[in-house]
Amino acid sequence: MKNFGNKIISWIDERYDLSPIRNLLDHKKVPSHRHSVWYYMGGVTLFLFIVQLLTGILLLLYYRPGEDSAYESVRFIVTEVKFGWLIRNVHSWSANLLVFFAFVHMFSVFFSKAYKKPRELTWVTGFIILIFTLAFGFSGYLLPWNELAFFATKVGTDIVGVIPIIGGPLKIFLRGGEDVTGATLSRFFGIHVAILPAIFTVFLVFHLLFIQQQGMHEPDEFKNLPEEKKKYISFFPDFALKDLLLWVVVFNILIFLALYFPWELGNKAQAFASAPEGIRPEWYFMFMFQTLKLLPAHVLFLEGELLGVLFFGVAGFVWMLVPYIKVKHRPNWKIQPLTLAGILIVLFIVIMTIVGYLL
Amino acid sequence: MGKRFYYFLLFAISVSFLFGFASTENKKTDKNPKVDQCYACHKEIENLPKDFLEIDVHRHANLMCSSCHGGDPNSSDQEIAMSPSKGFIGVPKRKDIPKFCGKCHSNIDFMRVYQPRIATDQVSQYYTSVHGKKLLTGDENVAECSSCHTAHSILPAKDPRSSVYALNVPNTCNKCHGNSTLMKKYNIPVNQFEEYSKSVHGIALLKNKDLGAPACNNCHGNHGATPPGVASVSHVCGTCHISNMEYFNATRMSKAFEEQDFHGCEQCHGNHGVQKPNDEMIGVGKESKCIDCHTNGDEGYTVSKKIYSSLIQLKNKYDTANAKYLEVKQKGMNDVEIGFQLQDAKQALIQSRTLIHTFDSTKVGTKAKEGVDFSNKASFLAQKEIDEYYTRRNGFAVATLAFLVFVIALYFKIKDKGKKVS
Repeated sequence: MKNFGNKIISWIDERYDLSPIRNLLDHKKVPSHRHSVWYYMGGVTLFLFIVQLLTGILLLLYYRPGEDSAYESVRFIVTEVKFGWLIRNVHSWSANLLVFFAFVHMFSVFFSKAYKKPRELTWVTGFIILIFTLAFGFSGYLLPWNELAFFATKVGTDIVGVIPIIGGPLKIFLRGGEDVTGATLSRFFGIHVAILPAIFTVFLVFHLLFIQQQGMHEPDEFKNLPEEKKKYISFFPDFALKDLLLWVVVFNILIFLALYFPWELGNKAQAFASAPEGIRPEWYFMFMFQTLKLLPAHVLFLEGELLGVLFFGVAGFVWMLVPYIKVKHRPNWKIQPLTLAGILIVLFIVIMTIVGYLL
Repeated sequence: MGKRFYYFLLFAISVSFLFGFASTENKKTDKNPKVDQCYACHKEIENLPKDFLEIDVHRHANLMCSSCHGGDPNSSDQEIAMSPSKGFIGVPKRKDIPKFCGKCHSNIDFMRVYQPRIATDQVSQYYTSVHGKKLLTGDENVAECSSCHTAHSILPAKDPRSSVYALNVPNTCNKCHGNSTLMKKYNIPVNQFEEYSKSVHGIALLKNKDLGAPACNNCHGNHGATPPGVASVSHVCGTCHISNMEYFNATRMSKAFEEQDFHGCEQCHGNHGVQKPNDEMIGVGKESKCIDCHTNGDEGYTVSKKIYSSLIQLKNKYDTANAKYLEVKQKGMNDVEIGFQLQDAKQALIQSRTLIHTFDSTKVGTKAKEGVDFSNKASFLAQKEIDEYYTRRNGFAVATLAFLVFVIALYFKIKDKGKKVS
């Protein structure tokens, strides 16, 4: 079997010269230190994206967008299609875990300062990928066309409408009209399965290429070690095997969640029905939603909601440009200013999310 | 034809509407003075009738004391106001009350001003009732209009505060019909209210506040109140239980009942104390109503046994399927199609129970068979879902085991490689 495999590889090698790949696999090394565990977060996120891609394609075989068919087709998938329930629930759970691990990955990169030169563009592409991931979540949430999703989309697109000048047209563009209707559903479907995957893939390819090109980031405390004390493991197969081990564990957790905590479908959306209780966005939008809710109606001459939207817009943009922000090193400070800002941001997100679910 | 013309037109229409309304109001009340002296004086000397209510329907319609009792409401002089020459009647005699109220209530021209669709045959209906007939013979103990409607706190029957509001009717009738001294003269029992309040109808109306449930007047009539006769009992019940009545009337039993002087529905179900029927009422068991007349060996006995057997078979099948359905729901599995099948089974069960009134075991058997088929289908689907539930869990256990083996193998492989490198 091994010989047969070698034969195939040498057959290809003879024709297409696999030495660059072989060199990369043979020589790529991953630093081994007490913070190595964070190296695996990006891999898990990538794995979950692959799960999303595969389950999404399978769902596409039965899903029918449209006011009269979307909800019915999802119900058909979870009730009649063989293993449809598993695919749909894995897709929903994986989407949530994907966002979670993307956040963990981002903050681990931030706190280990892995975004610094020469990895600025890896950070920027990573942030753009995160934004597209959230857009995937927002557009996918509406697709089952159930009550909660319908009203959450209404609220979500209303918030977009608050932005000055471009807000109004952007809201109409997103909704495909004045209100959330079947036109919005078709639009979100197109965005979710065609537009986003296309753009996402481009940024993902660049993100991965940058990492392969530059190798794993070494934290300062590792870099400052004498050469003989620095430990490395080979990317292939050692790191890859550990990655695989984690992926298998995550996959097992994923099907456990899909089986024991199936994603509720709820009632079909009715445009003229009154809004049901407990409308809330997906958990990863909760901190922003809650902040907007807590803001007063007017702050100085600005509407509270507008101020909130502008704040998150500017904050997101600044966050994307973190690698280019130079903050003076303060030797007397136990925690450096940027790290402190990061801690405060994480605390803000966590507290606001909890408050959002409690209130 | 500028904008001004339209504004003028709008103004003119508004003004004419306002005056139109005002003039209609005047038409209703133009005979009445602004101050009702009867009310003013009687209130001042605190001599208003005991049951006087400010929100009485007549006062609400701007009618005055004099509208019923006569007299001159303009005069504050008692002599003039309550002078017979001014048409003062005073308190009418009991025997005259129906006609007293009928002055207006039997006059459609007068009544339609207040309620265009109101009936005006109450008085003529009343004289066909047992109450009315007895009153004509001079019996002043019987009920007349004010006995049920009160004299001075009359409210529309739809008003929950009214003595004739559906929920209050049983109590209103019981004021006299629960009075043993009064009823003794007529040899009428006084336990109707007690029986009724324990009956399926009484519980629905008095306890569950279901206004669709019948009160006394729904079976006995109101103004024309009379006990339903032998022939009319099944019609009375049949006004709501239509299919049961049709099936029953088409049977040989219906004629036999008449010949035997049996009261249709009442014979098996009772009257005031009618209970929710159960399947044990048919068949040949202890609680069976059929064996009151039928004995072992006759045709009725055999038919009853067959009907009971069909019904019980369906009921058992339905209960089994329903238990499985609840299990499917509790397990969070797909219950939609099972629910539909069970709905059909339940419908067949209800129809089979209704078909008992045909006393035809074939008809009941055929319908029950339909229900059994639906129940079996529901059971089959439910079992499939329950099996699927366990299959998923077992599948997950197997998958987890496989993953675990793989993870352990990977772990040792990684550890092994680590050792080799060091």
